[in-house]
Amino acid sequence: MPHDHHDHDHPHALLPPDPALRVKALETILTDKGLIDPAALDEIIDTYQNKIGPQNGAKVVAKMWSDPEFRAAMLSDPMPLLEEMGFYGRQGEHMVIVENTDDVHNVVVCTLCSCYPWPLLGIPPGWYKSDAYRSRVVREPRKVLQEFGVNIPEETSVRVWDSTAEIRYLVVPKRPAGTEGLDEAALEALVTRDSMVGTGLALEPAQ
Amino acid sequence: MTRVHDMGGRFGDGAVDPSDNAVFAKDWHARALAVTLAAGALGQWNIDASRHSRELLSPKDYGRFSYYEKWLSALADMLVSQGVITEEELRSGTGQGESPISAKALKAASVAATLSKGSPYARTEAPDPAFQAGDRVRTRRPSRNTLVDGGHTRLPAYAAGATGTVKLLHGAHVFPDANAHGFGEAAEPLYAVAFSARDLWGQEASAQDEVILDLWQSYLEPA
Repeated sequence: MPHDHHDHDHPHALLPPDPALRVKALETILTDKGLIDPAALDEIIDTYQNKIGPQNGAKVVAKMWSDPEFRAAMLSDPMPLLEEMGFYGRQGEHMVIVENTDDVHNVVVCTLCSCYPWPLLGIPPGWYKSDAYRSRVVREPRKVLQEFGVNIPEETSVRVWDSTAEIRYLVVPKRPAGTEGLDEAALEALVTRDSMVGTGLALEPAQ
Repeated sequence: MTRVHDMGGRFGDGAVDPSDNAVFAKDWHARALAVTLAAGALGQWNIDASRHSRELLSPKDYGRFSYYEKWLSALADMLVSQGVITEEELRSGTGQGESPISAKALKAASVAATLSKGSPYARTEAPDPAFQAGDRVRTRRPSRNTLVDGGHTRLPAYAAGATGTVKLLHGAHVFPDANAHGFGEAAEPLYAVAFSARDLWGQEASAQDEVILDLWQSYLEPA
């Protein structure tokens, strides 16, 4: 069987030790060779800093809370609707939407790397990529959720989704009580990023 | 049989810090992400090869590097191994002359279109599904790439040799164990398989809790 020969060959050791300088060095080399357009880098950063983030996912959740037909379609075949809403793209090609209820609490992780639904939630926060979250949430999800201030009742099942393929999972948090009269825009404001990963709950209207 | 990235279930990492919630805690983090995406757009490797290049970091480096340092190191290694840049260029910090593939460089004007186009991994040409929802299946043990010793695989060690129930059929998807190593896409049926938390972790886990993983057909056998 062939071996992974790269095991003994790590050119990255040639880069400067300071990580900020390492980025700079790679950017300079690639720009010198015409392989990178620095303006494209600015555009990528602007996209994930300002345009794509949890506000997209919150729109989907608020609409699912408000529109039973949309909710049913999102649970059975979400991709056509997500494309229609403009929430399709890199790291969100194959979405599955899972709903929290009184019986089931869903939480998402990627134990092997950091897979995350970019078009709906943007780039993952530090804790999602941390060793502590990746190693522990599959083994002791209830304890990890307590570290986020979330207590799941014993009678509710916890379902941990380990994103081991290109399927990306979005959690629909339970709709908080006392939100019956709110329109979609007001509901969106209650849907936090963490609630769509499963490490948080949707906010109460007064919070 | 495992590599350092395969950490699901590991003890000793301490509490999760929910206040570590920035997307880009430092400016260079954003730049590292952007350089990696722009270099990926040159089309010289696929996502599975790029994940594997991060897994190939030595356990020592993997442990001491921050998240985006892993990305940068893996990127430098791939750029050299694919012949996009040379070790000499890495050492000097400057590029020597225009690259023959510079026409592939991602331009600012095409960033939005490229990111929103995505890259679907579902395929129609693949073996027929061997399992249906509700079937009991057992995963391969040990978890390993059967094509390359120490190669890329997406069956975490904690779920190797475990018995679970097929929950969802996702259709056929590109097979990372082959695709990461230049053996083609070799698409296979992909399933969400649910394991009882107690089967994975023992009696301390809650009886009603589950862990669900997306697993390719060749990782599974009937149980």
